[in-house]
Amino acid sequence: MLGWEFPPFISGGLGTACYGLTKGMDQLGIKVTFVLPTMVESKYTTHVKLLSPSSHQGSVTSFEFNPLKNITFRTIHSPLQPYSSPDVYQQRIEESLRQKQKMHDGNVNATSEFIGGIDYHGDMYGEVHRYAAVVTELAATEQFDVIHAHDWMTYPAGIAVAAMSGKPLIVHVHSTEFDRSGEHVNQMIYDIERKGMHTADKVIAVSYFTRNIIISRYGVSGEKVEVVYNGVERNGGWSLDKTGISKDEKIVLFLGRITMQKGPEYFLAAAKKVLEVVDNVKFVMAGSGDMMHRAIEMAAGLGIGHKVLFTGFLRGEDVQKIYKMADLYVMPSVSEPFGIAPLEALDNDVPVIISKQSGVSEVLMHALKVDFWDVDEIANKIIAVLKYPPLQVTLRNHGNFEIRKLRWRDSAQKCMRIYEEALVAV
Amino acid sequence: MASVCFYFQVHQPLRLRHYTVFDKSDRYFDDYTNASICRKVANKCYLPANRLLLEIIRRFEGRFRIAYSITGVLLEQLQKYSPEVMSTFDALAETGCVEFLAETYYHSLSFLYSRDEFIEQVSKHRETIWSLFGQKPRIFRNTELIYNNDLARLIESMGEFDAIMAEGADHILGFRSPNFIYRPKGCSKLKLLLKNYSLSDDIAFRFSNRGWSEWPLTADKFARWVSDVNGNGYVVNLFMDYETFGEHQWKDTGIFDFMRHLPEQILKHPDNDFKTPSEIVQCYEPVDTIDVPHLISWADTERDVSAWLGNAMQSNAIHELYRLEKKVKKASNKKIIADWRRLQVSDHFYYMCTKYFADGDVHKYFNPYNSPYDSYINFMNVLDNLHNRCSGRTNRATFRDLLRNKSEPDLQIAN
Repeated sequence: MLGWEFPPFISGGLGTACYGLTKGMDQLGIKVTFVLPTMVESKYTTHVKLLSPSSHQGSVTSFEFNPLKNITFRTIHSPLQPYSSPDVYQQRIEESLRQKQKMHDGNVNATSEFIGGIDYHGDMYGEVHRYAAVVTELAATEQFDVIHAHDWMTYPAGIAVAAMSGKPLIVHVHSTEFDRSGEHVNQMIYDIERKGMHTADKVIAVSYFTRNIIISRYGVSGEKVEVVYNGVERNGGWSLDKTGISKDEKIVLFLGRITMQKGPEYFLAAAKKVLEVVDNVKFVMAGSGDMMHRAIEMAAGLGIGHKVLFTGFLRGEDVQKIYKMADLYVMPSVSEPFGIAPLEALDNDVPVIISKQSGVSEVLMHALKVDFWDVDEIANKIIAVLKYPPLQVTLRNHGNFEIRKLRWRDSAQKCMRIYEEALVAV
Repeated sequence: MASVCFYFQVHQPLRLRHYTVFDKSDRYFDDYTNASICRKVANKCYLPANRLLLEIIRRFEGRFRIAYSITGVLLEQLQKYSPEVMSTFDALAETGCVEFLAETYYHSLSFLYSRDEFIEQVSKHRETIWSLFGQKPRIFRNTELIYNNDLARLIESMGEFDAIMAEGADHILGFRSPNFIYRPKGCSKLKLLLKNYSLSDDIAFRFSNRGWSEWPLTADKFARWVSDVNGNGYVVNLFMDYETFGEHQWKDTGIFDFMRHLPEQILKHPDNDFKTPSEIVQCYEPVDTIDVPHLISWADTERDVSAWLGNAMQSNAIHELYRLEKKVKKASNKKIIADWRRLQVSDHFYYMCTKYFADGDVHKYFNPYNSPYDSYINFMNVLDNLHNRCSGRTNRATFRDLLRNKSEPDLQIAN
């Protein structure tokens, strides 16, 4: 499994999905070697067991995570991270170089292998290929039957390992370049995605919405593309008792990266319309992203700056807290391959409005659905939820019940079936 | 003796248009959709079925008899969008073999929420039937066969009815058969006709089901089942939606041919005949008292009212609607009262049903909304506007409307 992120370092849906799916596989007793890139090491030390300290291509760390008995983790030291773009990557590299410089100045004996010039490549595409080389080397020492790669940055690694080992390759598409960038696609990323999908023996899409894009925009044959919906990890128990937050204002929540893909401007335009009718409501935008500044300016420009709060990026307990405060969750995404966050909102008893341009709208019945551009309708539905408690109650009760059917274990089961098909075909 | 009693429910809802909280207009209904659906159903069902039944009645010279219950909201729509259907109903009424039943004009659940409103709507419906078809209905059937002891007592106290209809649900009958006449508990004169749901549903629901062991259902097979009742009952009450013919069961399933041959097959047996509900009531005496303390209906497998009042949204919407009654009547504006009554049509609440929603079954087929939530939001937005109108918080559009069109009659009686 060539995946991403691991708790507690989860920055979005991709990490959540990799973790959930792997956990589901663990329950089914499937043996998984989970390979992921990471920059952070020090905080892991408590439950990390070093197996093979380094290789000549780059450093590889290995550890086991106690609750998951069938999973072995291999982390590869690399600055790759999900939701990156070449520009962001460049900034990260420069920053880390500066930090290392400082360490050198202060303490000449600092752990020198951490700095070893082989642990990163100057540009993102180079790094993706360097990563592939390290993974290939690592794979030579591992036993496995199939290769399962998540999202484009791991596709070259997947292709290389498949070529070397002769094992079937399955690529799992959690989002495409068209979701992230609209029509302004990055040609190099598109090419890598396309090559991954065409080389793969099977392509797993997170929804029919995404399957359509894979078939129509990447020219992949339909019979090769299967849909496996994401699940949701239920936190149950401790979210039941309400905190003593007393508030006289309703809270409407936007939670996600503030980027073009997530439709923050539609959220704000709807907020403006809502505030023309209802007064005692606040809009919270939780998350960060490249449109954050524009969103803040837009809120101010609409004259609703005092009603819109920006929290920045939230994680862990803070996410739980914000859900507990929220009366309604709105996801006006322009193009959302799946969208795990609405499921988490329902798990926390928050009713949801989701855009029809999302994969999750295929699986959720007990949610209000809108076209992302239909700002009037979004506002109409927000007002209805705030105004009519029975609507909120019914959505919440049925929705919370409905997500119990979406289990990672079932997703893992489906992947297993796809593995078997791929193995037969080879 | 087995008397077959056919009664057809004829109804089409009034669908609301998409109405957001920002809308200010007092036009609530989607005239375009209502018109096109009304015409579509008229062509697929009402016209061919009326012509067929007229032909059968003429052929059997009085031996084939049927009953209809047509809602006021449908009569209004037929007059506006499909007047040729009205003339075929008129021709049916002329034969003397067709009985018209009474119900609430607006196909409403008013019995459950306002007795005054209920009685007004029943009277309005009776008068409409009288003026259109020259009959004073003597038999009452409530919306969706919703029934309990209280309803029977109320109908008896109105003094205009001989009998009432209900679902022959197993849990109220126990070991007894629906093929007899009963007396509602607490009544002394009123009689109770119970639907034989097994035989009715063989036609209405199972007719085209190829997975059914009895498929294909032929007229002589069905006539045999009816004849089997001889010696164990007087009547076979076949109550169903009229849209069974051509709409629920499409023409190519053979439903019209089945109906064309059925009377002949049933009358082959010398002990069988056809009777209208009123004739049944005159011929047979009740054999037992039936106690129905809780509400029953003919809907779904539950045979209760959960399809209309099963969740918090439905009960909230309907409570808010009837809470407006005093205000609406005080405003004494005909247009406001008519709009309020049109919002009582039970289908508005049926659309908000979340039962089976995820399975996408029969409920979905009749539903103009994508989800029960959308229907609730739409209804509440309309109701909010109506509320403002009664409180005199009229917007300019309404006021202009009032000046232009002081009172719009609900139904132009054609004669």
